[in-house]
Amino acid sequence: MATTTTKTPVTFTLNGAEAATFVDPGANLLEVLRRNLGDLSPKYGCGQGTCGTCTVMINGQPRLSCLTLAETVEGSHVETTAGLAHGPDLHALQQAFIDGFAAQCGFCTPGMLMSAKALLDRNPNPTREEVVDAISGNLCRCTGYEPIVEAILTAARAPRRSAGRSV
Amino acid sequence: MSQTINHVEYRKDLFADERDDTLAEIGQPTVRQDILGHVTGRSPYYDDHLFEGLLHIRCVRSPHHHARVRSVDSAAAEQMPGVVRIIRAADVPVNMNTLLSLIDFGRDDEPLLAADKVAYVGQPIIAIVATSVRAAEDAAAAVRVDYEVLPHVLDVEEALVPGAPVVNETYPNNSFDYHDRYDHQKLRFGDVEAAFARADHIVEGTYQMSPIEQAPMETCGAIAAHETNDRIVCYTGTQALFFSLGVTAKQLDMPSSRLHFIGGTVGGGFGGKVDSHHEPLAVLGAILTGRPVKYQWDRAEEMQVGAPRGGERWRIKDGITSDGRIIARTFTGFFDAGAFTRLSSYAVQKATGHLPGPYTIPNVASNVFCVYTNRTPSTAMRGFGITACDFAIECHMDKVAEAVGMDPIEVRILNAYRDGDMKAHRRAAKNCALIESCQVVAAKAGWRLSPDALAASSMAGGGVGWRGEIPETLSDTAGQIGQRSRDGHGTDPFAGAQDRVRVAAGQIDPQATSALGNAPQDTEMEAEVDRLGFKTSASTDTPPSQRPVGPAPSPQPVPPPSSGQKYLGGLPSGAPLGPSDQWQRAAPPQSGPSLPLAARPNPEQPTQQPAQPGASQSPAPPAAAAAPPQATPPSDNEPFQRGVRRPGVSPFLRGRRR
Amino acid sequence: MLEVVTVPTLTEAAAAMGPGARFLGGGTLIMRAVNYSDQSMTRIVRTTEQMNEIRAEGARVRIGAGATMSEILAARETDFLATAARAVGGPQVRNQATVGGNLLAPHPYGDLTVALLVLDGVVHLANGQDMGLGQFLAARENAGLVAAVSIVRPMGDAFRFRKVSRVKPKGVSVLSMAAHLSRSAGRLSGVRIAYGAMAATPVRVPAVEQALEGADLTPQGIAPALAAATDGLAPPDDALASSWYRREVAPVHLRRLLLGE
Repeated sequence: MATTTTKTPVTFTLNGAEAATFVDPGANLLEVLRRNLGDLSPKYGCGQGTCGTCTVMINGQPRLSCLTLAETVEGSHVETTAGLAHGPDLHALQQAFIDGFAAQCGFCTPGMLMSAKALLDRNPNPTREEVVDAISGNLCRCTGYEPIVEAILTAARAPRRSAGRSV
Repeated sequence: MSQTINHVEYRKDLFADERDDTLAEIGQPTVRQDILGHVTGRSPYYDDHLFEGLLHIRCVRSPHHHARVRSVDSAAAEQMPGVVRIIRAADVPVNMNTLLSLIDFGRDDEPLLAADKVAYVGQPIIAIVATSVRAAEDAAAAVRVDYEVLPHVLDVEEALVPGAPVVNETYPNNSFDYHDRYDHQKLRFGDVEAAFARADHIVEGTYQMSPIEQAPMETCGAIAAHETNDRIVCYTGTQALFFSLGVTAKQLDMPSSRLHFIGGTVGGGFGGKVDSHHEPLAVLGAILTGRPVKYQWDRAEEMQVGAPRGGERWRIKDGITSDGRIIARTFTGFFDAGAFTRLSSYAVQKATGHLPGPYTIPNVASNVFCVYTNRTPSTAMRGFGITACDFAIECHMDKVAEAVGMDPIEVRILNAYRDGDMKAHRRAAKNCALIESCQVVAAKAGWRLSPDALAASSMAGGGVGWRGEIPETLSDTAGQIGQRSRDGHGTDPFAGAQDRVRVAAGQIDPQATSALGNAPQDTEMEAEVDRLGFKTSASTDTPPSQRPVGPAPSPQPVPPPSSGQKYLGGLPSGAPLGPSDQWQRAAPPQSGPSLPLAARPNPEQPTQQPAQPGASQSPAPPAAAAAPPQATPPSDNEPFQRGVRRPGVSPFLRGRRR
Repeated sequence: MLEVVTVPTLTEAAAAMGPGARFLGGGTLIMRAVNYSDQSMTRIVRTTEQMNEIRAEGARVRIGAGATMSEILAARETDFLATAARAVGGPQVRNQATVGGNLLAPHPYGDLTVALLVLDGVVHLANGQDMGLGQFLAARENAGLVAAVSIVRPMGDAFRFRKVSRVKPKGVSVLSMAAHLSRSAGRLSGVRIAYGAMAATPVRVPAVEQALEGADLTPQGIAPALAAATDGLAPPDDALASSWYRREVAPVHLRRLLLGE
């Protein structure tokens, strides 16, 4: 029986690179990504699974990092918006969000992008309804969902690895 | 000769590279300048700044709507692991504040941390600074507060009934004091009682809107940390960076030059991030602990404590002739400020300026109240002061149409403002477009309009005869501060009208405006040169106050002011205008911080602001006597002058650009 | 302070429970409580044992307590549960939220459990005991850790589910309803009806079940059931709906559920 009241070591891959850190008991993945590992792309919006702005991908699935006990991602593959661009080239989703004005305050954007990427990774040609369902766990308060849905559909139609604008 | 701006010359000598004068953006698609940061997750919101040894603030909050705080026992909390410091009301140098004190509007009525009384659920009492959120929450849960629960009031009209619990001791009548005289903001135009008497129909309605939470994706918060040279850096999600800076400087009694505020990247605001409560507490925490401190609301706090758009209730009464013309309209409006003023006092004035809606009505009266209740204080949100008011007006217009059996769009077109019409607050309407909007909407909806309605135009028929005149006005002096709680008279206009006043045609109503008076026409559009910091060329044009507006009303409703003078208001002689404490209070707030000399206003600097409040008490002096010294256009080598230099304006906003 | 106890098996996890301990499944309930510094919780217990198996057992289906909503949606054995599993949260929550957690979700959550109630749900506890789902829900605070749930596989279109929320496709329940409309000789017989968000936990509604006994699924046939729709219930007030509102709309939604409107 492993009882932890001090820090626990956790190792996983973050955007393809090995990440290792010591986490506090009860620490959620969002805190660990942001404070321990300096990946500030996932955001805190509610801490209760309502808003989706902390969405990351764990082993290809969209998950809420604020509701994920950090030590449970041991050995997993974690992806965040910080790793979305391919080197200097933006991901097709990022370029579509720029072109389609799919971000206003930008706070929901990283979570939206992760939900969208998880969808396109397993379903490259989604219907509008499938896009709406895929981002139904992500709230947006200012952009409006319409340009976001359009941008995701546009990205799905874009050639893979589009030569997006350099970061 | 007044210095009017007819040509603006930017200080190219100073800002040569800052502005491209060949602007051609309108009509072109453009990419947001900050969107690359958004899609890469690199936009720096306030919480995206990492500090080693960051401490966290959580507050002990009132579980009661209204209670006296008998005692606070934090002994156990202080001993708990991770607790670094407990901040109490006594630790805040200037605990009382009101947001608009920075523009000298209203009295300090809200503590940063409650000292002896709480007036809404969730009001913070003490703040715990600890090494983790959990440690701070655990300690907060261990604090014992002994409350004496008091009767509370949650409804705006119940709060105005004599004997209602006093929510906010700064305003013991449960309503904001307007012009240091009335418990509400008045608007009086024409004689509504006479018009109601001759109306064919009277239509009444009551409308209300609940509070609305802005619910930004990013919760409110701030991080403060020690920086070089004894400065504190504060990363904040505020929508009002300089408000937050000024409030922090005031409440912590420190020069704003010690504060380095960084904001601008806001994760949604919608008006809900202007209240400037996080910054002073985070900075105070950093000062008291010597460590970086974050004060961030969780979502539950954002929903419960975050100030929403306030609830409003409106009663409207119209007098209508059988042809659908509205000849009289009265409003009674109640803004639920919650327990403290925040921005609700201003919302009431915005609403009053908006009455009676976009309609030309020759007789209008309104009483609008900023009411204190034991609810979460409310604040700004998208068009606040106007939204619920418009909802009420437009619901009521439909009711009016029904009463006279007319098409609702035609009733609107018939009564709509046209260019040159005199509005109830004594400004001529211009650039009107309601008629055209109605016509377009009807066409797009396939809604048939009569030939008359189709032929109507905002640019024809406005300002003619009565439409352009300021009529003789029935006003009153009822609702003086404290009077309602003594005699319990009603809140509707003229409900307690034992003190009728007649205001001559063409004049402002001193009951409805501040002691300074509002110019009745257009002169407010005259820019005061020395307040703007622009170098101007000498005017060769006619001053705007002498330009005709729309079809020239006859008789000219406005006494034309002489050049170089601001209109001081045609106060009826002997009109009672009490001295204004509010305007006299030109000195910095009590226990104000000591500012570096350079930041103080230069008393020698000439000003064109008329009627120095302290200097021109009632009755208003003849306009000529108050003519201010002639302003000298600034020369190129004079320092750039900030805009706001009125007496009484916060010292934090004054100063020279350096 | 919080401690985290990680053990290889559910049996050991059960042994590690005690005052202040909460068992971590998918995290949607427990981590929320952690994030909000729930003062009643001092220990998180978790197991590395895989508990997400979904398998057919004769006429019944056994679902491991650790199976997520997404896994229920993906498994052929539970295809009939798709509408109920999809009604839980958004995609992220469905990737995390488990069947075991759903049984313990406080009002107004627990939509899947409403479906399990009408499918003759039986709870298999970590200590080897079995317990009827209704009985478990009545005592769920202290019933012990859940290993699995088994349900009957409904025949034909006997199973119906409906969730009413103000926001779609993801929204919290104003109420949810499930029905298992078994028949005998063309008439309803042994019908099971359950509601969510109409009581402290998801509940069966005996008054409606009795009113439907022997009835047919016609507007006249279900009229007595609609009249009894909220008999014996005192729905909670919350930010989504008042008790009064829930009582008012329940018969409307029950009619739509029964008549397939």
